[in-house]
Amino acid sequence: MNDDIGIALATACGSEALVRAAGSADTVGGRTPGWVVAPGTVEALAAVMRTCTEQELTVVARGEGTKLDWGQPPSTVDVLLDTGRLAGIYHHYSDDLVVTVGAGTPVRSVQAVLSRSGQRLAIDPPSSDATIGGVLATGEAGPLRLGHGMPKDQLLGIEFVRPDGVIAHAGGRVVKNVAGYDLGKLMCGSFGTLGIITAATFRLQPVPAARAWVTRTVATPLEVRDLADAVLGSPLTPAAIEVDLPPLSDAPAIPHQRSDSDVPGIGTLAILLEGSTDGVEHRVATMVALLGGDATPHSGPPEWWGRYPFEPNAISLKIAAPMADLHAAVYALRDAVGALVAVRGSAGVGVVHAALPSNGAEAGVIDIVRHTLIARGGSCVVLDAPAGAREVLDMWGPVPGIGLMRAVKQQFDPRRRLAPGRFVGGI
Amino acid sequence: MTSALQQLIARLRSELGNSAVITDPATLRTYECDGLTNFRATPGVVVLPRDAYEVRDVVRACRDFSVPFVARGSGTGLSGGSMPSTEGVLIVTSRLNKILEVDAANRRAILEPGVFNSTISEAARPHQLYYAPDPSSQQICSIGGNVAENSGGAHCLKYGFTVHHVTGLEVCTPDGELVQLGAGLAAEAPGYDLTGVFIGSEGTLGIATKVFVRLLRIPESVVTILAGFRTIEQAGATVAAIVSAGLTPSAMEIMDALAISAAELAVDCRYPAGAGAVLIVEVDGPAAEVAAEADAVDELCRANQAFEIRVAADAAERAELWRGRKSAFAAVGRISPDYLVQDGVVPRTALASVLTEIEGIAAEHGIRVANVFHAGDGNLHPLVLYDAAIPGAAEAAETVSAEILARCLTHGGSITGEHGVGVEKARFMTDMFSADDLASMQLIRCAFDPDGLSNPGKVFPTPRICGEPPRQRATVRTESDAVVW
Repeated sequence: MNDDIGIALATACGSEALVRAAGSADTVGGRTPGWVVAPGTVEALAAVMRTCTEQELTVVARGEGTKLDWGQPPSTVDVLLDTGRLAGIYHHYSDDLVVTVGAGTPVRSVQAVLSRSGQRLAIDPPSSDATIGGVLATGEAGPLRLGHGMPKDQLLGIEFVRPDGVIAHAGGRVVKNVAGYDLGKLMCGSFGTLGIITAATFRLQPVPAARAWVTRTVATPLEVRDLADAVLGSPLTPAAIEVDLPPLSDAPAIPHQRSDSDVPGIGTLAILLEGSTDGVEHRVATMVALLGGDATPHSGPPEWWGRYPFEPNAISLKIAAPMADLHAAVYALRDAVGALVAVRGSAGVGVVHAALPSNGAEAGVIDIVRHTLIARGGSCVVLDAPAGAREVLDMWGPVPGIGLMRAVKQQFDPRRRLAPGRFVGGI
Repeated sequence: MTSALQQLIARLRSELGNSAVITDPATLRTYECDGLTNFRATPGVVVLPRDAYEVRDVVRACRDFSVPFVARGSGTGLSGGSMPSTEGVLIVTSRLNKILEVDAANRRAILEPGVFNSTISEAARPHQLYYAPDPSSQQICSIGGNVAENSGGAHCLKYGFTVHHVTGLEVCTPDGELVQLGAGLAAEAPGYDLTGVFIGSEGTLGIATKVFVRLLRIPESVVTILAGFRTIEQAGATVAAIVSAGLTPSAMEIMDALAISAAELAVDCRYPAGAGAVLIVEVDGPAAEVAAEADAVDELCRANQAFEIRVAADAAERAELWRGRKSAFAAVGRISPDYLVQDGVVPRTALASVLTEIEGIAAEHGIRVANVFHAGDGNLHPLVLYDAAIPGAAEAAETVSAEILARCLTHGGSITGEHGVGVEKARFMTDMFSADDLASMQLIRCAFDPDGLSNPGKVFPTPRICGEPPRQRATVRTESDAVVW
């Protein structure tokens, strides 16, 4: 490092080897940072944050970078703070079913370690390389969210570094605890705009003795809604209800839209059941009868299970609708686009993903879909978009309570050092 | 009474009418404490608003006169969270008691804050749905209070706390705006999870005026098992064995011999004679899973020397098994003129050793401690027994109670699992969190309530002076913040 700021960052980290000039692989929503810093301890990270404050540098955190382009592009990024060295299982309280891990640890590494004790973390992000910190910061959830909730719901305690370099904790390492404000909830889904998550403590579960899937073809979004409703109304307690509605084969091709299904135009509903070997066998049989049609049991998931229906840099939507209106949301989307857009996601909770064609009409489509959803109490977020489109699209849409959110940001990050402009309402 | 309070009362009378404003000293005294009766303060005035707009009007009046306010639901809290302020306003939500909607298609209920917890499940039952969190005061505690305290209950072992079942809120902020937070009918909404932050903030961030809750399908099958053990260690070992076997009961509760004897006197529950401890385990879910799970629990109880096992297969038998446990807190009044209810948490694996330590602490101070606890999640409720008529006994009980909390922290636990910090435990917060941790939490307080008017003196041992001038906030507030329903 031969520039003053680089030297200051290296001093904060304790080593020149942990700081480098950013390159083309380090862009955040099209912005190229000046430096990439990878502190090896939380104390070093705190020192880096203090240096950034002194030098008036803006900071974006990165884990594996699977969702780095999500959100509105930040107005500036000086330092990309890489959490890769804050990785590892810090404590596994195996008999208590509790684990503390570094934020930079890939989720799948955590699962691999836990599986040796017959345990798992009920977090299954579609971004298969995602880190713990990334999943928490973006609130990324997979199929298990129906039965087990979001990543934030597994969280017992959190450690993070504030923009002023103060290391803070909330929660603890016991499964029941109401002491103090739940800052873990606040950090989850905040896209790195309030602090940098450095470690997290989670509750764990035993790996179920048996898992089985039941799939059934579906023709329309209304059929999906009705079947999901019937499954939820049954006493079978599914761990997940997922749907894949691929585009018609003769529909206009949407760039970056992914179709892993064998039969285009016909969708699939897939139900996951978890439990004891005998119990799951019984429940699968009951589920097959309940779903009717061509319902079929499987020992493994369909190929599309837990995967987004889009590639990076597609115009990628996350739609959250009240369950009763799930079909209406999908119809509104398809009507607005004028084609059978691929839709995939958690039909059992009313949250699905879709890719839009990038043809200049996307802003209008998103407006129409948002209008339909907001009127019903839902939302539509643009997670990702190609360069150019993400500059002009309103990625988040209107958010209730935005005034309070701005007040929170003002308290935690009054000088707007953390990912300025990336989050809702320009936060 | 301060002149600000006098002027405020006059305004409240003109805005809400005399019938909603209580100043009669005798009536005011009935509001001087919640379920934690050793902390008392007579409120300056009690207001009974009829809807969210009236709550907002009261809060705006408090803001205008810089008078603190405290919200109170049914007053069943156990940490003094709704203890009034003598120069402040107590806003009682009992008249906001309407179930606004049971939306079966979306599996949601929309509630005013004064609705009783158990009323929600009663209203949902025709749709085969129920509301999962079940604090033991559920017959009379309000959903608004549950939100403030993030209430749990015996079944939170499997189903989680209030925060896992509330999908959205309308809150009255301390500067008198009704703001919608969270998703409500949908599963998620963009933005900071202020719903998650508000839940469990013990009334310090404002008042919930509308609550969206998730409703669950009533389980197909429920089996309740009660096992009698000679020693509490055997009961504890059974719990550990159930957890490590990968079983997920919906509840696991232990009572020790002293707690059992109190329950026998109070409700004649006829638990196994000669038991040193009783363990209640409940499993629920699909019938295809529950039978096998119940068998496995039964086997583990026997393997750990249970000398008597009873199984309830229907609701009436289940109520019979739970009767002793549910009466436990009140029952202790039969064996002791006075008692303190403690609420601490330890890692589940530390249960056995912390119980031995409690025994030691009790013996050292010549104080009896009855133990009732949510064993599955390590949440202890030691009942510290004393006679206030004996000089020094109350102080000794306080000491024992505080030492038990200290032991919980030594084992890596928490100072409260479900009762909250309130006024009672604010002084212990520094034992659990660093000054930086507490200052970080108070940044939230400063964002919501820079003037510190909402339930002051609770949760935090020392209030933070908010760094930003309060009015500066107005420059970033927008009209979209105010939600008109």
